[in-house]
Amino acid sequence: MRIGVVTFPGSNCDEDTVLAVAKVGATPVRLWHKAHDLEGSEIIVLPGGFSYGDYLRSGAIARFSPIMQEVMAHANAGRPVIAICNGFQIACEAGLLPGALLRNDSLKFVSDMVPLRVENADTMFTHKYAKGQVLRIPVAHGDGRFTADADVLARLEGEGQVVFRYVNAGGTADAQSNPNGSMHDIAGIVSAQGHVIGMMPHPERALDRMLGSTDGLPFFESLLARVAA
Amino acid sequence: MSATPRPGDPVITAALVAEHGLTTDEYDRLVAMLGRTPTFTELGVVSALWSEHCSYKHSRPLLKTLPTKAPWVLQGPGENAGVISVGDGLAVAFKIESHNHPSAVEPYQGAATGVGGILRDVFTMGARPIALLNSLRFGSLESARVRYLFAGVVKGIGDYGNCMGVPTVGGEIVFDPAYETNPLVNAMCVGLMREEELILAVAEGIGNPIIAVGARTGRDGIHGASFASEDLSHESDAKRPRVQVGDPFTEKLLLEASLELIRSGHIVAIQDMGAAGLTSSSAEMAARGDVGVTIDVTKMPLREPGMTPYEILLSESQERMLVVALKGHEGEVKQILAKWDLAAEVIGEVIAEPVYRVTEGDRVVAEFPGSRLVTDCPQYHPAAAESPDAVARRARDVHAIAEKPEERDPLWTLRTLLAAPTIASKRWAYRQYDSTVRASTMQGPGGDAAVVRLPGSNKSVALATDCNGRYVYLEPRVGGRIAVAEAARNVACSGGRPRAITNCLNFGNPKRPEVFFQFREALAGMSEACIALETPVTGGNVSLYNESPNGAVYPTPTIGMVGIVDEPSHATPTAFQHAGDAIMLLGENTNELGGSEYLLTVHGVVAGAPPACDVACERALIDALLDAIQAGAVRSAHDCADGGLAVTIAECCIVNREQMLGATVDLAAWSALPRRALLFGEAQGRVVVSTADPARVLAAAQAHGVPARRIGTVGSAVDPLTFNLGEGRHVAPLDGLAAAFHDTIPSIMSAGALPAAAPEQA
Repeated sequence: MRIGVVTFPGSNCDEDTVLAVAKVGATPVRLWHKAHDLEGSEIIVLPGGFSYGDYLRSGAIARFSPIMQEVMAHANAGRPVIAICNGFQIACEAGLLPGALLRNDSLKFVSDMVPLRVENADTMFTHKYAKGQVLRIPVAHGDGRFTADADVLARLEGEGQVVFRYVNAGGTADAQSNPNGSMHDIAGIVSAQGHVIGMMPHPERALDRMLGSTDGLPFFESLLARVAA
Repeated sequence: MSATPRPGDPVITAALVAEHGLTTDEYDRLVAMLGRTPTFTELGVVSALWSEHCSYKHSRPLLKTLPTKAPWVLQGPGENAGVISVGDGLAVAFKIESHNHPSAVEPYQGAATGVGGILRDVFTMGARPIALLNSLRFGSLESARVRYLFAGVVKGIGDYGNCMGVPTVGGEIVFDPAYETNPLVNAMCVGLMREEELILAVAEGIGNPIIAVGARTGRDGIHGASFASEDLSHESDAKRPRVQVGDPFTEKLLLEASLELIRSGHIVAIQDMGAAGLTSSSAEMAARGDVGVTIDVTKMPLREPGMTPYEILLSESQERMLVVALKGHEGEVKQILAKWDLAAEVIGEVIAEPVYRVTEGDRVVAEFPGSRLVTDCPQYHPAAAESPDAVARRARDVHAIAEKPEERDPLWTLRTLLAAPTIASKRWAYRQYDSTVRASTMQGPGGDAAVVRLPGSNKSVALATDCNGRYVYLEPRVGGRIAVAEAARNVACSGGRPRAITNCLNFGNPKRPEVFFQFREALAGMSEACIALETPVTGGNVSLYNESPNGAVYPTPTIGMVGIVDEPSHATPTAFQHAGDAIMLLGENTNELGGSEYLLTVHGVVAGAPPACDVACERALIDALLDAIQAGAVRSAHDCADGGLAVTIAECCIVNREQMLGATVDLAAWSALPRRALLFGEAQGRVVVSTADPARVLAAAQAHGVPARRIGTVGSAVDPLTFNLGEGRHVAPLDGLAAAFHDTIPSIMSAGALPAAAPEQA
């Protein structure tokens, strides 16, 4: 399976994602932002980083990169897109996902290993987890405060589009365990059709016991199993 | 050809010379070298290159005494960064550098550009940066100005490193009134390459083009190098325009473009345009290659029109590189830069004529014979004499200092020390640093050393920075020894064999005999330890004139240590891991209190001789510890440093707040020692380990002649930390210890004030 990882100027998790894709047994394809070709990728990853230095607004410039036309077409055809951290910000700017990611409520960058609760284990990205399972996955971002209007939030909650929520180690959501002040403690969501996922935490950094967590493995394995099926 | 003044250049007067920081003797030397009066441009060039920051004119003779060789050293001092082989065809490049003065007047940009500069020093060697560390020193957090500096520096470090995608994995932060108006901001970078990818900054090949790449040149940072070479004063704030402004996004593009350029084979040399910008990068590359160069400033890509040759040569605009390419490959170089949306312009060439020449179109505006611009800089051997204040403080009998009434409860003292900002958790700061990008961080900030695995190998690097400036002040030679030994101990505790150091020598004004004495003696102590530990110096940076009207900072030779961890299983955490494990002390407790954090925090006293440091014992301790770790017998290891044995053990219990474990510790064997020396004295050469196999640890210690003894047992998450001291038992619930350790800095930074007193027992 070919998984395309887009490099924008300022992307800095692209190499980590390429290695993660290879580690779970898929074929990583490096995609350059100036290109107009997804090179046969069945899944596209918009990786983390600081595309265009976060100038203007995080993700706001990258969404106009040439390759985003093809990424939009790919998504509009119902094919999978994984948007992590800065990728999530780009996906929101591009309208692939609802809502916006604002500056953390602490006004500080936050880097930490955080507990996440799986809210929906029926998506193509999460079916190898159990609903309610608590994962440990690193976050590292300055603009991670997911924000949406009341209608959108109600729809996300009602339709099971909230996939991951920040919780404490015991699995309960509380203000102290939310690293950025996101609404409803949201850490990750899927699109209405369920094929685009956006999340602030970094599953590609949680694939190895030596690095403190392997909780990201089922994320990639879920997708590979579903797309291969 | 000879340089002639430009229309509008100021006339060279004694006052103008003095304004450029040149002494009369240095100016006379310049006139003699040229055989005529310098042009204004030439005066500017020389003032930068002969500044302390660029020329090392007071430090070079002593730097030459440091040990620099070992079979694994591929590149020692004199290049942009040192390089050691780590085996498997891999090498690491690393260096530490100061950005103290800029950070004192503009903490955010000062620290950010410090990180940017050290990253460039490493990737110009051909290495991809894989880790950043920071060694920071501030005054007391009680001061609002210090809190502003601390918050600004931390944000500057984070914003730059985070954007670059290089994890900030460790370092140290110390708070002491000695650094009140002159904080120290030392940034260290470590990069990884294959050995054959090493590239040096040596200009070669007559006719090869010299190309400026990266950001355009503006008027920022002019005379930054000279600013870094004078004492800070009340007027320093007015020099804020000399602080450069960083753009990590451009740096990220420059990093990728530079590595692609180096791997492409189209270039022969590359150097960062850092301190003194175009001037020093071009002059140093020419001097190393023993060739001439000519540069036309009108070809330089500029940010604004109307810049003079003087400004273009001395600008310290960030994110720029100077490249010597192969003749005829200019197009390929430009193409690689264009891919990354960066400019590349040919601005000069390597010439056979032994001359350093700068033109503005057809007019020669600066011309120096051969490489004498670099080599003719004077060297000084100032007088050295020990400070009477240090002598008097060292001679004081600190055991005669009466205990405070509160000290009847040693747990009060323990909590007070855990809450001292120098000892307390620095998570408030490092939570703002991306420590996990690159998915290679096995141990991030908060432990003894950071451990970062090397892709393409089973090995990892263990990285630490250390220096106790108070020790160095009290007895420079011993303090220098301890700085190296402690860094090595930290690396070994994390499972790494110490291999080499980079150093950042932060001192006061070398023209003062007591400062030069500190410098000379500290270097001698460092040398002794480096030889015993087989950790040669591969480079670094000297930062002098760290003085303000309040006086000099403590002499602070910060050590950045790189060690190699052979197997992933050797990486060893700081915190206790399993209830029931034996707790063992390697090394010996002593009756030493001098220079301790205890005396400073509890009594407000800086006095006594710092603890003795026997470098042979330190070597034996490290060998024994690594034997035990490599035998798989060690579950955790933590060295005894600030706050002594009790603080060390408490940290093993509480450093990981989510997984705290209690412990029972029996120190009755040392009941002959004064209690406070036993618990809080800072005797060197000690490590606390936890193990499931105490016999194996004992055997390793005995094999190397290191004293070792079982002192207790790790408890469970609900157990307290209990000390049996012979005279009685002292039981400390973990929550109270953890609150002191973990909550102090966040509460100071959010409330803007220190907690009223040591936290109550929970």
